[in-house]
Parts: sequence; C-alpha cells; structure tokens
Amino acid sequence: MKPGPKKIIPHKTPMPEQDPAVRSGNFYEVMLGYTAELARKEASRCLNCKAPKCVEGCPVNVPIPRFISAIKEGDYAKALSIIKESNLLPAVCGRVCPQESQCEKMCTLAKKFEPVAIGRLERFAADSQLNEVGAMPEISSPTGKKVAVIGSGPAGLACAYDLAKLGHKVTIFEALHAPGGVLFYGIPEFRLPKKIVAREIENLKKTGVEIITNAVIGRLITMQEILADYDACFIGTGAGLPKFMGIEGENLNGVYSANEFLTRVNLMSAHSFPEFDTPIKRGERVAVIGGGNVAMDSARTALRLGAKKVSLVYRRSEEELPARKEEIHHAKEEGVQFEYCASPVRIVGKDGLVTSLECVRMDLCELDESGRRRPKPVPGSEFLIPADTVIMALGTSANPLVQKSTPGLSVNGRGYIMADPETGRTNIEGVFAGGDIVTGSATVISAMGAGRKAARAIHEYISRKNQGSVP
Amino acid sequence: MAKILDKKIIRDPDVFYYKLSAPLISRKAKPGQFVIIRLHEKGERIPLSLAGINPEEGTISLIVMAVGKTTSEMSTLKAGDEIMDLCGPLGQPTHVERFGRVALVGGGFGVAPLYPIARAMKAAGNEVVMVMGARSADLLIYEKELSEVCDKVVVTTDDGSKGVKGNVITGLEKELDANKPALVLAIGPAPMMKAVCNATKPYGVKTVVSLNTIMIDGTGMCGCCRVPMTNGTKFACTDGPDFDGHEVQWDILMNRQKNYNPEERESFEAWKRRHAGAITEKAG
Ligand SMILES: Cc1cc2nc3c(=O)[nH]c(=O)nc-3n(C[C@H](O)[C@H](O)[C@H](O)COP(=O)(O)OP(=O)(O)OC[C@H]3O[C@@H](n4cnc5c(N)ncnc54)[C@H](O)[C@@H]3O)c2cc1C
Ligand SMILES: Cc1cc2nc3c(=O)[nH]c(=O)nc-3n(C[C@H](O)[C@H](O)[C@H](O)COP(=O)(O)OP(=O)(O)OC[C@H]3O[C@@H](n4cnc5c(N)ncnc54)[C@H](O)[C@@H]3O)c2cc1C
Ligand code: SF4
Ligand code: SF4
Ligand code: FES
Repeated sequence: MKPGPKKIIPHKTPMPEQDPAVRSGNFYEVMLGYTAELARKEASRCLNCKAPKCVEGCPVNVPIPRFISAIKEGDYAKALSIIKESNLLPAVCGRVCPQESQCEKMCTLAKKFEPVAIGRLERFAADSQLNEVGAMPEISSPTGKKVAVIGSGPAGLACAYDLAKLGHKVTIFEALHAPGGVLFYGIPEFRLPKKIVAREIENLKKTGVEIITNAVIGRLITMQEILADYDACFIGTGAGLPKFMGIEGENLNGVYSANEFLTRVNLMSAHSFPEFDTPIKRGERVAVIGGGNVAMDSARTALRLGAKKVSLVYRRSEEELPARKEEIHHAKEEGVQFEYCASPVRIVGKDGLVTSLECVRMDLCELDESGRRRPKPVPGSEFLIPADTVIMALGTSANPLVQKSTPGLSVNGRGYIMADPETGRTNIEGVFAGGDIVTGSATVISAMGAGRKAARAIHEYISRKNQGSVP
Repeated sequence: MAKILDKKIIRDPDVFYYKLSAPLISRKAKPGQFVIIRLHEKGERIPLSLAGINPEEGTISLIVMAVGKTTSEMSTLKAGDEIMDLCGPLGQPTHVERFGRVALVGGGFGVAPLYPIARAMKAAGNEVVMVMGARSADLLIYEKELSEVCDKVVVTTDDGSKGVKGNVITGLEKELDANKPALVLAIGPAPMMKAVCNATKPYGVKTVVSLNTIMIDGTGMCGCCRVPMTNGTKFACTDGPDFDGHEVQWDILMNRQKNYNPEERESFEAWKRRHAGAITEKAG
C-alpha cells in the first residue's frame, strides 16, 4: 500500500478501544493498540519533514520521523531502538504523554488536519516487541563508582538506567513495596497496565541496577550515610503529598484523597477485595473534586468500582480542564458527569458518613496574572450534590522526608528542591535532583527527561572527581 | 523479606511476641516509632509499634494482638517463616527528656510499645510509674518486664483479681491525686486514651497519646491516617503517632477508625472459613 506522494490523509487512524459501556465495568486497558496494519497506515500519514517540528515539541526530542519511517518499512524493532535513543519508557509515554500539548501539537499536519498519532505509533513500536527478548543495551565496563537513586518513579528509573549503561553501580531506594512511583500506585491499570511497568523495571534490573524496596530515605538511611557510601546521589522522590481544602466535613468517613483512593486500588488491589486484604468503599454516588488527570483517573476508577453516578466538580470551565484531552473524552464516554464552575464549600454528613457535597457556583470573569479567568464565588448560589463518597483530587505537594533529613539542602518556599534545570545539580556537592520533587507535579516524560539530564551531569561529576579535579 | 527469628505466645490465645531480623531498622529505630508489614502478595499493609529494638543483635520485636484477619494470619507464622515486606522505622520517636515524674498508661497491646518508652524515660532520669489494666489478672501482659524498668507498676483489673479493682482510669486518678506526674503518656484503644485525656485535663497534666489510625503507606502520601486536631488536620504516620491528647478530636477520630468495620469482619470471616484449624494451632 503506497500512498500518493501529495495525498494527505486528514484524520488519525482510529485505535480500537473497548466499548465505553463494557469498559466502565472492568479494569482492563481501554485502548487496545494498533495492529501492524493500522500502524503502517497511520505511519504513512507522516510527511517525514526535513525540519520536523514534532521533535521540538517532545521534551526529550524523540527522533519522531526516523522511528515512523522504520514503522513504514515494517522494521518495528528498529523503530523501538530509535525511540529508545531518547526515551527509556516508550510503552509508558505512548500511553500517557499529553501528546496534544507536546509532540502532536507541533506536527506540521496539525495546522490544517489532525496531527500524526505519534503517541499511538510509539506505543505500537514498544508493544510490538513485548514478547521479544530485546537486545541487551550496551553497558560500559564497570567504573567502580556507586550512585544512589532515591525514588523509583520515572525520574529515578531513567537516571538509573543511563548511569548503569555508563558502567556505574546504581542502587535505587524505594519507600513503597513496589517500584514505579506514580506509574505503579497512581495511574490506573485501565490506562497503563501494571505488567507494562513491571516489564520496564525488569529490563532495568538486567542492566545491573539494584532496587531496594521498603527503604524510606530519611528514616531508614539518612542522606549523610548515603553520601558517605556513594559517589553521588539523585533525588527523585516526587510530589506525593495530598492536598485537602480545609473545609468542614473533610474528616467524615467517605472522604478520600485521590492518592488514597488510587493507591488502595492500584498498589493494594482493593478492587479485588476480599481476595486481596485491603478494602475500599464502593460508593454509589461519588463526587470528585478537581479537573486534572488525577481527577479523571479517580472518577473513572469509581465507575469501575460500581458507582451509579460520578460527578466531577471543577471550578473553571471545560476549556480550562488541565487533564489530557483523551482522558476527558473517555471519562465523558463512560458517563462521568461534569459540573463546571463549581467549588466545594463544605461536606455534609450524617452519623459520621458523607451524605452530600455543598458547592457554590463560580463566576469566571476577570483575568488573573496567568491570563486565566479567575473564578469568583457567586453569593447565594450554593447547591448540594448528593454523594456517599467524596474524592479530593486537588493536586499534591512536595514530599518532605528527604529534605528534612538533609540539613543545608536548598528548597523553595513550597518545599521543592532547588536544582539546576539543565543538570539537576543542587547546592550540595554530589547531590542531584529532578522530576516532580523539583518542578512540582508535571508529566512522566518531563520527569524522565530530568532524570536523564541529571545522569549526564552525575557521570561528568564522578568522572571529574575521579581525576581529583573537583573544586 | 524479614525472617522471624523467634516467636512466643505472650497470652493465650491472642497476644504474640515476634523477634524479626532487621539490621538496618534496628540501627535507626527509636521508642515510639513503628513499622509497616505486609505478609504476602495479597496482604494489606498494617502498622505495628516497636516493642523492642536491639541494634547489637540487628533485631526488632513486635507484640501483636490478633484482632482481625491480618493479625490472626500473622499469628499462624512460626520462627523461621518470613514476612514479605517490612518497612520502617516510621513516625516520630516519642519525645524523651527529663520531665520528673512520668506516668505511662497502657491498655491492650499498648502495654508492649510502652516498654521501650519506659526504658528511655528511665534512662533520661525520670521517675516512671506504669499504670496497666486488664479485665482480669490472667489477661495482663508484660507486667514482669515493665516491673524491671519502672519505679512503680500499678495493676488494675475490672474484676479485682489483681491490684486495684477498676480500670486504668481508677489507677491513674490515684496517681494524679497522690503525686501529680509532669507527663502522662497513654497507648491503647482509642476510648481508653480518650478517657485518660478526660481524666488528666482537670489536673492540667500534659498528656501524650499514640494514635492507631488506619494507614496504608506510612510515608505521608495517602492521607488516610489523618488526625483531626483542634488546630487542624495532621497525619499520624509522619506528624505522629504521638500527639497532645488534649487537642485530639476524639469522636471524629474514633469514627474514622470504624470506617472499614464491615469489610474487616467480612475479610476475617472469609479467612477463618478458609483456614479452619489454623487459629487453634498457632504454636511458637
Ligand atoms: C493519578 C495520576 C495520573 C497521572 N497521569 C499522568 C498522565 O496521564 N501523563 C503524564 O505525563 N503524567 C501524569 N501524571 C504525572 C506523573 O505521573 C508524574 O509527573 C511523574 O510520575 C513524576 O515522576 P517522579 O519520578 O518525579 O516521581 P514519582 O512518580 O512520584 O515517584 C517518586 C517515588 O519516590 C518514592 N519516594 C518518595 N519519598 C521517598 C523516600 N523518602 N525514600 C524513598 N523513596 C521515596 C515514592 O514512593 C515514589 O515511588 C499523573 C499523576 C498522577 C498522580
Ligand atoms: C502506629 C500504630 C501502631 C500499632 N501498633 C500495634 C502493635 O504494636 N500491636 C498490635 O497488635 N497492633 C498495633 N496496631 C494496631 C494494628 O495495626 C491493628 O490491630 C491491625 O491493623 C489490625 O489488622 P487486622 O486485619 O488483624 O484487623 P482488622 O480487620 O483491621 O480489625 C479487626 C477489628 O479490630 C478492631 N481494631 C482494629 N485496629 C484496632 C486497634 N488499633 N485497636 C483496637 N481495635 C482495633 C477493628 O475495629 C476491627 O473491628 C498499631 C496501629 C498503629 C496505627
Ligand atoms: S515521548 Fe511523549 S512527547 Fe515525546 S514523542 Fe513520545 S509521546 Fe510524544
Ligand atoms: S511534524 Fe508531523 S508530519 Fe512532520 S515529521 Fe513530525 S510527525 Fe511527521
Ligand atoms: S498512612 Fe498514608 S499518609 Fe499516613
């Protein structure tokens, strides 16, 4: 099948997906992935631009036209290895990157038509090799240098991988019993199957990286001890602290932080209670507060646990929803109800249990400093949303444990570690940081990018230190 | 994986002692801190206080009361068995300094974690009084151990079969009247700790309680352990587990502890059906 040279196919090749009515009752993956035929059809839409804008839109500059060409040629293994030059976790990023604001936004086609489905093709390349014993990455001869990585989210994993390839001995310390960070405990199975994350981590271990779970740095081992034992250290502890609103009724039974709700299901398999020991309340009427990916994931998880009605309460309007477009679309298809321009004022309860969420309408008139319309409550517009479960998905803040146990480490006013964006260097020699713990909640790919930049800087640092030329 | 080096029955049929191999944890742990364990792949994460810390040996010990599914399942483990996940030390250590006279009040499993605290308080130069209670004499645990470190041990039993007849509050009030302590520290079921706080309030004695909220991660990530205090919400796993008992909003706290009662019963019943017999032969 050869497309005519100038003929442009205006629309993305649709990807098969589970029927919304069926999938809202199960935890299997929603998007089923391209077949080889569909992938090659989609790949044929790419114009193979000389100065590809799409690459600039990707935070780690995946060589997009090159890997798409490999798919066109039917050499999927090659496509994957091209992506892996810059992106360690294509199966993950192909699924969860906000492509519409990154690579696909910049695609030349996007000016007049739908952009090339870069994310879907990336996912296809990765999934096509799922059962292949991929070639072992080339690993430099051992340098005898040791690096500690704190946190096993995308930032830590990417940093560890690059350092291991350079021949350094890397140990990852993870607080939870399972590695992966938000990829494991936050993003649900129906968007990112756990077996995909587990496989990437198995690949990482093959490079000799050691992962020690149940190791809370700051409690079990201090930073001073790490610095005494290792040549350098990377902090990728994420922004995992849940925010609450401080409104009345927040401590009633039935009120969850999104982190608790998602962790019970993703990390502890509470949806399979009582086969698994951890329980979760299966609400009938669920109100989710927030408008980001975390809110969408909570709402869709609640549906899958059997909720009859799930309302998502967001204080601004639809255009301003920060979640990925695809997630919003899927949430709507599955039946999540959107309550825009509404802000919670209190949670109402009876006998210690939530009965409803009281909200006030928000007026979006003036523009604030960021150019977004500032929501202002409309007096007297209070209304009740009946609910037995309320999930707070208001965002998270910096995880403070490591900072507290590291005297002298520079943090900003909100507790995030101050680190150079290009190198991850902090104010303490040999200590680097990256990912959400530096930037605040961002994306998987940006956390990974930060981990890789830090790996480069750490390598340089240790090599120089080796020659005794560190000031 | 953490190996069980020793297991003993402290009180038949429901209280058990475990010594676990935990070289790193034992090096760092302080009295008042806790660990989180997960027994197996399908298990839940439960918090357990440190009842003993031995850095020379590289061990920690736990005293566990079998009240539901996970603690009962744990009671079937033997020396030589392994616990899949052991994470700690978690939480803030109990604040220890020279207060003068310190009264410790223990109920249920709470008596056990008071043991390392009593030793630390004693080492800091305090006069330590232990008030411990049970329904009857045969239900008391850790009395001998505590007698060895405390200046005085007051035993109360509901039926009067040993010591003062009544509950720990009766015993505590006698102490408050006779020789007012500078600090009261209570560990046990929430209703007991609440009653301790009510009793000490009129005397204006600072009262610290160690709260046993429901937890998952134990690192401040999920917020399920939140403690309603008069000055705002705190997290038991990172800000606690010790809190000023006079600031705790007990009714909200106790309501939160009950949240999963129906599910806990369901899980326990299902486990008992599957493991009929296991509970009766939990030999050490
Ligand atoms: C529900 C949800 C949905 C999301 N959806 C998307 C999406 O669709 N697309 C997207 O691009 N991004 C998404 N994000 C954001 C993205 O997941 C994060 O930006 C990214 O995971 C940050 O990576 P990280 O490595 O910095 O930290 P994390 O992934 O948070 O990992 C940090 C790790 O460090 C560990 N840790 C913390 N403290 C310690 C300590 N003291 N000692 C040892 N270990 C410690 C933690 O347990 C954790 O495993 C989502 C986030 C959430 C919560
Ligand atoms: C910081 C902290 C330290 C702890 N230290 C210890 C310890 O050293 N030894 C120990 O035995 N337990 C301790 N606990 C309590 C222990 O975690 C619970 O008993 C355990 O989670 C129960 O699990 P389960 O599945 O066996 O029972 P569940 O099914 O969870 O509970 C069964 C029944 O017991 C009741 N129950 C649950 N927890 C408690 C409790 N804490 N007190 C009284 N009744 C309860 C419930 O209402 C329920 O009906 C501690 C808790 C915390 C938060
Ligand atoms: S990593 Fe993300 S942003 Fe980059 S090309 Fe892949 S999907 Fe696009
Ligand atoms: S900008 Fe679009 S069309 Fe051009 S190379 Fe990139 S993906 Fe292909
Ligand atoms: S147990 Fe999760 S925040 Fe305390």
